[in-house]
Amino acid sequence: MDLHQILSGIDVRADWIGLRYVKENTGFRLVRDGKPEANTRESKQGVMVEVLVNGQFAYYGTSRLDKPGIQAAAERAVMLATAASKYSLHSFGVEARPVAKGNYSSPFQTAADAFSPGELSELLIKATAELKVSDKVVTTNAMARTVETESHFVASNGSDVEQNYLMVSADYSAIAHEGSVTQKRTDGGLLAKSYQAGMEVFNEADVLARCRNIGAEAVELLTAEECPTGTMDLILAPDQMMLQIHESVGHALEIDRILGDERNYAGWSFVRLEDFGKLQYGSPLMNITFDPYVENQFASYAYDDGGLKAEKEFLIKDGLLIRGLGGMESQLRSGINGVANFRASSWNRAPIDRMANLNLEPGNSTQDEMIASVEKGVFMTSNRSWSIDDYRNKFQFGCEYGKLIENGKLTKTVKNPNYRAISNPFWRSLKMLGNKDTFEVYGTPFCGKGEPNQIIRVGHASPLCLFDSVEIFGGA
Amino acid sequence: MEKLFKQINQTIMAELRDGEFLGLGFGGEQSTFTRINAAKVRQIGNVDEADLGFNLIFNGRRTTGSISLSGDLDEDLSRARGELERLRSEVVQLPEDPYLVLPESKETSHNEKHGNLPDAETIPEILLPAMGDVDLTGIWASGRVFQGNANSSGGYHWFASDSFSLDYSLITPSEKMVKATYAGTEWDQVAYEAFLADSITKLELMSLEPKKIEPGDYRTFIASAGVSDILSMFSWGGVSEAAIRQSESCLGKMRNENVKLSSLFSFSEDFSSGFAPQFNGNGEVAPEKTILIDGGELSNTLISTRTAKEYGVESNFASEGESMRAPSMAAGSLKESDILATLGTGVYLSNLHYLNWSDMIGGRITGMTRYACFWVEAGKIVAPIENMRFDDSIYSFLGENLEVVTEKLQINPDVGTYDGRELSAIVCPGILLKSFSLTL
Repeated sequence: MDLHQILSGIDVRADWIGLRYVKENTGFRLVRDGKPEANTRESKQGVMVEVLVNGQFAYYGTSRLDKPGIQAAAERAVMLATAASKYSLHSFGVEARPVAKGNYSSPFQTAADAFSPGELSELLIKATAELKVSDKVVTTNAMARTVETESHFVASNGSDVEQNYLMVSADYSAIAHEGSVTQKRTDGGLLAKSYQAGMEVFNEADVLARCRNIGAEAVELLTAEECPTGTMDLILAPDQMMLQIHESVGHALEIDRILGDERNYAGWSFVRLEDFGKLQYGSPLMNITFDPYVENQFASYAYDDGGLKAEKEFLIKDGLLIRGLGGMESQLRSGINGVANFRASSWNRAPIDRMANLNLEPGNSTQDEMIASVEKGVFMTSNRSWSIDDYRNKFQFGCEYGKLIENGKLTKTVKNPNYRAISNPFWRSLKMLGNKDTFEVYGTPFCGKGEPNQIIRVGHASPLCLFDSVEIFGGA
Repeated sequence: MEKLFKQINQTIMAELRDGEFLGLGFGGEQSTFTRINAAKVRQIGNVDEADLGFNLIFNGRRTTGSISLSGDLDEDLSRARGELERLRSEVVQLPEDPYLVLPESKETSHNEKHGNLPDAETIPEILLPAMGDVDLTGIWASGRVFQGNANSSGGYHWFASDSFSLDYSLITPSEKMVKATYAGTEWDQVAYEAFLADSITKLELMSLEPKKIEPGDYRTFIASAGVSDILSMFSWGGVSEAAIRQSESCLGKMRNENVKLSSLFSFSEDFSSGFAPQFNGNGEVAPEKTILIDGGELSNTLISTRTAKEYGVESNFASEGESMRAPSMAAGSLKESDILATLGTGVYLSNLHYLNWSDMIGGRITGMTRYACFWVEAGKIVAPIENMRFDDSIYSFLGENLEVVTEKLQINPDVGTYDGRELSAIVCPGILLKSFSLTL
């Protein structure tokens, strides 16, 4: 569809008008125990019409794509903006939607159609066979998710941005059971291996080798000791650090949360506007970046949905909080420096502040040095449970697989490892940070926020991390 | 919208080839959303969308898909035909599915609920002045929601409902909060203003100096809204028959080890309230009521026809994911007026937040207290408490530690909007626990 032509033909009185067309095809295949469970494709398309009238934005998301449909949507949006402008929380000017011109295409080696449905199904069936390393493995799952997205944003200020993505997620899991013990192992946490990439992710030899390991570790956990209870050192693998960064840093730094927009749903934040530039968020080892250009990371892009150009920025530098996660609207409301993270989950939702790629930069320690430094502690990997309070303070997270660390060495495997802490003291207890060799990139399609609700993709990368004196415990 | 669905259904079904079975699902909404912060409009807009889902079965194989609909019949028929061709080309490449379910239901139903909703452009004017100076943050959602289902065997269902909801939090200057939802189908300005005024009165209790309590085990009352969050967990690794069979359910202990919950705990899938359609994605109509946990014993599970086929059991026409669509917990004997006196000394929790299984197989849930939660001494509210983390097992707090259940049931509408505006509600009482574990 020709958005420029439609935009030029829209006849409404507004200070600014933008059209954001999104078409997204999401394919999902799931094989359980060698049998197909799901082969599906969801194809969504529509246009989000946004207008600015009397300082108030209003929107109308419509799946009707012809000129009369979009004209009608614009008229309705103008009516809503006008009605709401008497009660605006903030009166915006056109500077809230900067002029943006450019494009972005996500990197991939092998196109989505390089694998036929039959070939991909066959690979997933083989994967479930490899996961079943013994009769103790009672359930095996292999899933593949591909997302192809086209987006085109044009606006009355001349903005014109086209961004196209191919994104692939996969997961393989084994549930082992013996007696009254049941344990599950996945490939680094549910769909944690989510990337902007192509079908090269489904390299058969790699996939099957990973599946054998996943199955073996599920069985290993059946006879493992319960994770000990106590206050001790904690080493987190990057696949758990993904969740740790997401919940106890990312959401806390969203400026719209700090401004109170989310108080009825996701919650507020322990971070206050006056904390920027002053709050020692973590130890001096902690450097958090918003980085939209990490190769293959799940939430890379060139412009956010408000038209702000995406640039790499430090949010936390040497442990000090210096910048927030807020797009232009939040920056104008708060006066705090932000980033290009004003994003919508699809055409049918208005943008809000979201994480994108939010990473912990690597340090200098090797994995061996970190383990050798621990007299008594636990190494944990792969998230399986997560919960945090509405201020992003008191959290409790659980992992699939743990290893005791005793006198500087990894010793026994332990099951049901959990830990709980409070965000600021926890990050201040970061005492060793892994080097680039320990740095791994992950992502998830499932970050929920906003009213109306939105699920969006985010990326997180981290090295191995060692935290001092954490409350650790086992299962029921 | 129904006219569009019917026309697409008739046309596409007539074009099926020998050996093809097809189910069609229709979902859509025409919604107005108003996001409010500090009793002002943060964001306002409309969403008008419809989707058509396909479930194609051919030669023992199955594939599914969905497309967005534009509302224009010619355009949508073109899209639907394109999707059917795509599915045809895919289905022959897939492996055989031994558990597939043919869309054979011939049942029909038609349920349209018309309400009296305010016009979208009047919403700021009718909502905001009544809020006055109170710090209110929340979301208004209103409009029509549609669901339809048809299949190549002649089954046909249609459900459409008008509704509105204002889900909000009131916040004191010291950041204590009260949560409420005003929802319905017939807008009544006087009733809305009275409801809001009542919430504001409750907020005054929160101005008391908060009390910090230490981690430990406490006598605890959990009000209906909090109980509804706990019951929601049974849709995720809970009452699904497939989840139990595949060792991914907290209720595995009840099935396999004959463990029981308290005799005071009874829990059903109950469509009698009429919030959610009784038909599932296959057009199958579930019984009006299926008792799942009866007096603490696992009596039934949610069983889809697919699961029934795989495990040789009888379907109760659950959805394919076997999640709850109409959860309902039975009432008990505790009068509302006796709650504080019966609690004596302990904590009163009005709402919970961010629940997750900390050990699904062990039945252990962690989460936070949120909103109006109080310390109670000798039957009297003393102070709001600082939010606390809990971590406890259903086999404890819905087992031996469940002391009494309130006699009043409350309807907790699902105001979720991730996949469009939800239609369901959880009907449940409050629960008084002898002990509940607060950990952080």
